Amino acid sequence: MTSGNRLSSRRSALQLALAAGAALVIGPRLALADAKSVADEIKKLYGDKAATEGKIKLDVPQIAENGLVVPITVEIESPMSATDYVKAVHVFADGNPLPQVVSYRFTPECGKASASTRMRLAQTQNIICIAEMSNGTLHSAKAEVKVTIGGCGG
Amino acid sequence: MATNSVPRVRVPAQAKAGETIEIKTLISHDMETGQRKAADGKVIPRQIINKFTAAFNGKTVFEADWFTSISANPYQSFFYKAKETGEFKFTWKDDNGSDYTATAKLTVA
Repeated sequence: MTSGNRLSSRRSALQLALAAGAALVIGPRLALADAKSVADEIKKLYGDKAATEGKIKLDVPQIAENGLVVPITVEIESPMSATDYVKAVHVFADGNPLPQVVSYRFTPECGKASASTRMRLAQTQNIICIAEMSNGTLHSAKAEVKVTIGGCGG
Repeated sequence: MATNSVPRVRVPAQAKAGETIEIKTLISHDMETGQRKAADGKVIPRQIINKFTAAFNGKTVFEADWFTSISANPYQSFFYKAKETGEFKFTWKDDNGSDYTATAKLTVA
């Protein structure tokens, strides 16, 4: 946003102030996702199929000091045999500008359905993980991460 | 702007047949989200690595789709059940169309 002292007249300063006020009312600078947009993303992938809780170990810190680098490990209970394995895992963050974080596709060759990475979190929010098994059933898990310093320049 | 993306992988050199090994990978990359604005107010265009693939002897064993929420210099670890001697090939796909690759040999005793 332009700084006030560059403005040529008081009128435009006033207009700008009003516009800024309106922007504040409408929403924050970054359009952030919410729980609904995560639900929409899951719907896009799996329709209205219900997911049961459990089978997923979602390992994230309770408090992340730096939202730029938050470690995350997902581990899904599965024998990882040719007939019974974890097909896909999707991770979402409901308070980031875009809710998707990562999608994994496992194969029985993995031996263990576990993966770790590092993500950015803009603010304190929920991490939602959904796993698709080879027989088509869905499992989900949720964890909250408190973020002290946001990872999106905020 | 993307500087040279140098992949680094850590794969155990040897494993017993049937042993599940952990593979760790790291690649240097800005993972520009497309959300940030430069000093002139223009949005810096998105440029991230959007896909990571691991193949063993030509067969894909693990894939990850990365989105903008993945941190800069993305790290990825996963597991693999050793069966036979062979070679891993890791591929990172950049938004700009380029691929970064790395290979690692695994000897099964």
